Amino acid sequence: MYTSNGENYYVVDAHIALWDGRPENQRNIHGKQFIDCFYDYHRNLSPESEVWSYEEYLYYGGDRLMKDLFEDGYVDHAVFQPAYLGEFYRTGFGQTEEAFALASKHPDKLTYNHCFDPRNGEAGLDQLRADAERFHLKGVKLYTAEWHGDSRGWRLDDPWSYRYLEACRELGVTNIHIHKGPTIRPLDRDAFDVADIDHVATDFTDLNFVVEHVGLPRLEDFCWIATQEPNVHGGLAVAMPFIHTRPRYFAQIIGELLYWIGEDRIQFSSDYALWTPKWLVESFVDFEIPADLTEYAPLTTAQKKKILGLNAAKMYDLDVPAELRLPDADETATGPRGADELVGA
Amino acid sequence: MTRLECAYDALGAVLDPELDEPITRLGFVRSLEVRDTEVEVHLRLPTAFCAPNFAYLMASDAKDVLTALPWTDLVIVQLDDHHDSGLINAGLAADAGYRGTFRHEAEQDLEELRETFRRKAHTAAMERCLTALLRERPETEPSRVTLADLPAGPHLDALHRRRAALSLPDDATALILVDHDGHGYDEAAVPLVLRRARATRISIEGNAHFCRGLLRTRYPDELLEVVTMDERSEFIIEDSAPRVSSAPGAKRARG
Repeated sequence: MYTSNGENYYVVDAHIALWDGRPENQRNIHGKQFIDCFYDYHRNLSPESEVWSYEEYLYYGGDRLMKDLFEDGYVDHAVFQPAYLGEFYRTGFGQTEEAFALASKHPDKLTYNHCFDPRNGEAGLDQLRADAERFHLKGVKLYTAEWHGDSRGWRLDDPWSYRYLEACRELGVTNIHIHKGPTIRPLDRDAFDVADIDHVATDFTDLNFVVEHVGLPRLEDFCWIATQEPNVHGGLAVAMPFIHTRPRYFAQIIGELLYWIGEDRIQFSSDYALWTPKWLVESFVDFEIPADLTEYAPLTTAQKKKILGLNAAKMYDLDVPAELRLPDADETATGPRGADELVGA
Repeated sequence: MTRLECAYDALGAVLDPELDEPITRLGFVRSLEVRDTEVEVHLRLPTAFCAPNFAYLMASDAKDVLTALPWTDLVIVQLDDHHDSGLINAGLAADAGYRGTFRHEAEQDLEELRETFRRKAHTAAMERCLTALLRERPETEPSRVTLADLPAGPHLDALHRRRAALSLPDDATALILVDHDGHGYDEAAVPLVLRRARATRISIEGNAHFCRGLLRTRYPDELLEVVTMDERSEFIIEDSAPRVSSAPGAKRARG
């Protein structure tokens, strides 16, 4: 819970990780390249006072995670969104057993989402069923640029992906978090393109699709599909820290999101441990759209409350105190399904 | 102009398709060395995990523009510190082309990818021009604005280039607010079309912020700073290419 100016904010960090990027867990050069890339993100976008040493960043463990999120970071509940990266790390990047043990110990504070890879075929489907039962899955995190033997990417609308999403529907795994990455097969096309999410969102209207990084680097394409599909949501992982380094750009992102998809489908996350929640929560509650950006309305306290926690809490059925809950807003002028009609496309 | 300067100028024609800016201005040229009729250029990117198809496009375009110079016999292009450096550098050295380089991961070519980003670049350039005009003259009806209505300046120059890339007409009566085939819009559709165009412009500019920042973090000791006003009104380029050469005694490009 974060309190500021007499207002209480219920905070859900909708995208966190417990990773191990240490050299002994790196399978090859790509393991080092990957954690170094994360560390550059961290160093580049964090305030100086919040920058960790490289050693701390490689592995931080459960105790530190609990402190950074729940003691220092105002977080009421957080959701693990693990990346497997089995081609880069011996025990994977996200530490399944450690994270699940932590979530089992603190079920009021942590939800464990797992991952699947449709290229694992029938065996992977069986595994998904077993994982759903063991981890009591409400959601999964999918990384479309996961390397897998000869293949370095997949699409949500691949036939095998449909099989897995059908299984999710059957198992009650309703929250599908998607992270687009740089590789896809074939490489002829833009790997970050979100058109495949549009297809599955239309075909699985009973599943929620949370596009992490609000589609960045394709914010515009994300806004366009999300405005039309009421079951498409935007996760603010990676977009959040711009609040510090590029506040005007952050204002534009938030302004565009509110315009296209509205205040009920945007979820805060620190992307821990890429960044830590404390300074992000504080900055976001204080944040105002610069007055000269007249194309955007001011950001209201109610909108901030929804984005910081109430939206994700609703998706994950979290027990938010009744006095902190807020009613949904109306749909945006552009959607859902309104946008196509407006341009006659 | 020296050969080194010629080579550097030639590299200025290579664009990052996603950011719609020259690789020289983005700081992606790490070093450039000329030995008589041989040129060796090293490229670097903001992360090891930048998309390999874009990385390949920039590296192969760099090889093409240097090979096209009349005096070059041997052109070596090396992409440094990328997860696909080995694959891409081997492909460039063998002139294997896109399919020869990426083999089973490549289907046809990267033309569709290029075209997608040429269209986005045009959309963003169009939005910059119209938004600037609407700030000056709010009563303007955007669907009727023609090339003749726009004030001269960097926004208009940029729009001309983006229109040329899509083979859109360049005469004074040509409409500004058009799709990639040159078709205009009904007045009723204009607000939404402009909003979409704005989202495209913000996305591209945001990616440029991100890439510049990451490049600076990744290569902190190699950057020289130059402050230049970009053709965009809203942001300033904070760094540019360091013209350091990794080979001792090699000629350095002009700073």
